Amino acid sequence: MTGQTFPLNAWYAAAYDVEVGRSLLSRKICNKPLVLYRKESGEAVALADACWHRLVPLSGGELNGDNVICPYHGLEYDDSGRCVYMPSQETINPSACVKSYPIVEKHRLIWIWPGNPALADPAKVPDLHWNDDPEWAADGKHIHAKCDYRLVVDNLMDLTHETFVHGSSIGNRAVAEAPFETTHTDREAKVTRWMVDIEAPPFWAAQLGRKDHVDRWQIINFEAPSTIVIEVGIAPTGTGAPEGDRSKGVEGRVLNTMTPETDTTCHYFWAFARNYDLKNQARTHQLREGVSSVFREDEAILEAQQKAIEENPDHVFYNLNIDSGSMWARRLIDRMIDEEQAVRVAAE
Amino acid sequence: MKNLVEWRKARVASVTEVASDVRRLVFDVEGGLPAFDAGSHTNIRVMIGGKPAIRTYTCLPAGPGRLSIAVKLHEQSRGGSKYIFTLGPGMDVDITVPENRFELSWRAGEYLLIAGGIGVTPIYGMAKALARQGAKVRMHYAAKNRAAMPFVDELSEVLGDNLSLYSSDDGRHVDLEREIAALPADGELYVCGPLGMLEAVKAAWAASGRPVSRLRYEVFGDNGKFAENTFQVDVLNRNITVTVPPDKTLLAALTDAGVDMIYDCQRGECGLCAVDIVEADADVDHRDVFFSEEEKRESRKMCSCVSRLTEGRAVIDIGYRT
Repeated sequence: MTGQTFPLNAWYAAAYDVEVGRSLLSRKICNKPLVLYRKESGEAVALADACWHRLVPLSGGELNGDNVICPYHGLEYDDSGRCVYMPSQETINPSACVKSYPIVEKHRLIWIWPGNPALADPAKVPDLHWNDDPEWAADGKHIHAKCDYRLVVDNLMDLTHETFVHGSSIGNRAVAEAPFETTHTDREAKVTRWMVDIEAPPFWAAQLGRKDHVDRWQIINFEAPSTIVIEVGIAPTGTGAPEGDRSKGVEGRVLNTMTPETDTTCHYFWAFARNYDLKNQARTHQLREGVSSVFREDEAILEAQQKAIEENPDHVFYNLNIDSGSMWARRLIDRMIDEEQAVRVAAE
Repeated sequence: MKNLVEWRKARVASVTEVASDVRRLVFDVEGGLPAFDAGSHTNIRVMIGGKPAIRTYTCLPAGPGRLSIAVKLHEQSRGGSKYIFTLGPGMDVDITVPENRFELSWRAGEYLLIAGGIGVTPIYGMAKALARQGAKVRMHYAAKNRAAMPFVDELSEVLGDNLSLYSSDDGRHVDLEREIAALPADGELYVCGPLGMLEAVKAAWAASGRPVSRLRYEVFGDNGKFAENTFQVDVLNRNITVTVPPDKTLLAALTDAGVDMIYDCQRGECGLCAVDIVEADADVDHRDVFFSEEEKRESRKMCSCVSRLTEGRAVIDIGYRT
């Protein structure tokens, strides 16, 4: 093991659609500096943020149509990363190019593939369709978190923390006390909790518009390396939700995809989607801002955790029963990394 | 990214004749090797007249810890291919860890590959890599005749009808205009071969109006329109005359004679070794891709690392002033 903490052959979200436009956005993904922008057609581009000539960041330069001009000597690159202009000569050096990363815009996110471009299959972009679906109303944000991306995975794989970190908002004792079930496949892990016949927590009672006893669910779906879709919701007790009929209730999806920035920091893209009261833009706004402040509570914990880990580099975590989901998630991430490295070694 | 070269010891594992005057060598590399992609090259330390020199060759796939090259014995070899042809199993050489400046983009809807002569070495690896990923590929392979073409059987197997062969002995040539026109808008052309073929492809591509960024090629700077002859060069302000024999470059002759020169790529790409031609009594054999066609016609300058005079004598200005 080389100490790599994320696989390279995967699609990672680099930005929300609204973050990229007709200006140069500098962002580091998987330790690689990128410059992101849109062509005049609207199509997004991700180039390595270092000029072929003398490594000056292209993001400090300017856009010329669909091309980027380096701020130092004016070398100009097109969206494929090839140099199309260099000063004081009539030809272009055929070796002059910067890396142009495979890129897909889907589910309101811009995804890039930092690994072997021959393997970049657009069909492998994680499914977050709820973020851009007429049957759902969704919105979210980008968080720059000062922690290893896997700490965010841990945080989402176990929601008992809701009771404690978010006690004043979405948590109640029922979550910490409810049993759960963990299952896994070769690429996915799932943690399922049903809380049957409980008092509706305030947040959900407000969403449902009533205060009856409810059945509540939380189903955490992890897909390696770093995408987690959490099915959440409630339905009035006795309407058949645990048996598969959620139609009398309200459903949400907490969408999360984390992208390593460096080994100790990450980009966290999230959204909350709902399947009720779709045309209520005010509710969409309030939910987004509400979830945003909930996540700020998590950020504080995760950043403190990251600092402690850095101060205790040889320390290995103890695990509790509640950590089964995150242990499977880390196992699946490690398996992706091992498979990638095995291919490299075989070719050596 | 260009990194400092990393030298390794390697031992010849096998030498095979794969076409007339073409040998494929496989090396076991000490310490293993990182994986390399199609289009990568390695540098090999060769011995020319008892002195070490460096030659660059495309890397062929060869299995873990191994490197392979295919080398054609040039009639007028500067000594590189002659040296390679003295190597046999068990002999040791120094090689560099592969680097790649001729990468596939993996962005095109369709790929047109053109190989001329021993220029097939990077194109062969690209064809295999593209076919393995199910990409749309057409390959055109031209050489003197069929006997001169290595890898045809393997390429036929992966490309089938998408491989076309052309023997110049039979007078068959690639119809560049038609092949380029058949590419979709996002198609790309990768070419490697003799300078004359490269110039024809560049001209055809320019005539098609397609973006220059979708034409990719690699140069080694080791061939031109004319055979190599001896010529003489007087260096302005230095009172030095050098004689450049057929198996030496002008740049090497100048530096051997104690003339201070700057240079970088040594394959006719960067222009740093260019000298002014004050006067010349013969034609210049331009072998670079740095100067434009117009500049080559004017012959006011030449790239000393690859270009030559067809014969005779020239006075050059290397920028030295007293």
